[in-house]
Amino acid sequence: VDHLRPVPDGEPIGSPSGGSRSDAEALADLLARSGRGDEAAFGAFYDATSSRAYGLALRVVRNPAHAEEVAQEAYLDAWRSSSRYDARLGSAAGWLLTIVHRKVVDRVRSVEASTRRDENWQQHTRPVDHDETAEAVEASLDAQRVRGAVATLTDVQREAVELAYFGGYTHTEVATMLHVPVGTAKTRIRDGLIRLRDSLGVGS
Amino acid sequence: MTDSSDIHRLTGAYATDAVDDLERARFEQHLETCVDCRAEVAELREAAARLAETTATPAPDSLRASVLTGISQVRPLPPVVPPGARHAVPSEGHDDDVALPPAARPSAVRRWTPLLVAAVLALVGGIGLSSWQPWADDDPSRISAAEQVLEAPDAEEVFLDLGEAGRATVVRSRAEDRAVIATEDMVPAPEGRVYQLWLQDPEDGSMIPAGLMEDDPDQTVLLEGSAAEAVAVGITVEPDGGSEEPTTEPIAVFDLTEAT
Repeated sequence: VDHLRPVPDGEPIGSPSGGSRSDAEALADLLARSGRGDEAAFGAFYDATSSRAYGLALRVVRNPAHAEEVAQEAYLDAWRSSSRYDARLGSAAGWLLTIVHRKVVDRVRSVEASTRRDENWQQHTRPVDHDETAEAVEASLDAQRVRGAVATLTDVQREAVELAYFGGYTHTEVATMLHVPVGTAKTRIRDGLIRLRDSLGVGS
Repeated sequence: MTDSSDIHRLTGAYATDAVDDLERARFEQHLETCVDCRAEVAELREAAARLAETTATPAPDSLRASVLTGISQVRPLPPVVPPGARHAVPSEGHDDDVALPPAARPSAVRRWTPLLVAAVLALVGGIGLSSWQPWADDDPSRISAAEQVLEAPDAEEVFLDLGEAGRATVVRSRAEDRAVIATEDMVPAPEGRVYQLWLQDPEDGSMIPAGLMEDDPDQTVLLEGSAAEAVAVGITVEPDGGSEEPTTEPIAVFDLTEAT
């Protein structure tokens, strides 16, 4: 409960991706309007998603300036391709975050690959120190719910999923880091996500 | 490609972008035909995106300003036109003949193909128009020419498993007029020899030199020359420095007429 803090301005209570159906529909509607050139609608879409988009980019790329660049590119892509969002394939927030994730992974694998690989990956996979991040990271009800779902993963599943999703490593690299066969890392990532999906009730 | 249960298990890695370019291309080819994997990828992407709740961080004001300024200068893309609207629908009752324009297969391809396709476990298919990326990344300034082809909305591809010799995927974009080959675990060319790439001319079936490959098992090479109309990409083993026309039978032929 000590993680719970008021949601700042601009972030609607109850996140659209995790929250109620109407929130999700509202976001999808904003995207549809964006596809027709409605900049104000896209501004509202931005306000409802920017913390997650920027936070994800920052978590993977780590450098705030680079995170901002990646997030900006992702939003411009989202604007450009907003008419191509297909609600049958998932939520509008999920769609955006998929774009952000792919962009940030491309970034770390190309431009920053050399410097980032020099660091010890274990520094980044130790459990997050609350004191260090509490000020920066918003703790919403949705975040609590997701953390609860993540806690249902086995340790090895969580480790593999985090290295893949937040570390931006390929499953082959994950396998090497964890000293397990390639097939094992691949399976842990999948099994971990399936458990996460089921725990969060996504897609059912 | 190994057994099919193995490729199904790549859904999680694919959904988290934990794949390299070649794996992505191959898996997207698999997605084309695997309904279960498509559904699972959509769900796992959604689940993975929820992880971003735990790292939400207020974005700097400058980001909002630059995004809103940026979009005012960019026109949203039109919606995707359903593929059925672009092509004549194949006539009913000819399932064996899966919509391949007969004229698009010069006999020269046929001469080359049996060698290989018989000798090799060939897995040929196409991505066609669909893209499993949920967005259209068409900002050409950021990406290399090879990436431009790989990410082109009209990218189509042919994958070949060369057995012990490795695996290779050819991706062609008619809009970009270029083709790219990506190899994985490719055995090096024999001493004093080099792998040479060829584009097959649609008119007379002749082979046009399209560049040499490095001795690197995993590489992505942009083929030289116009690829929009080429009917096949071939690889031959040539003397160092390459040849003006193939001097040996190809070790691999990618039939681009099969790619859509």
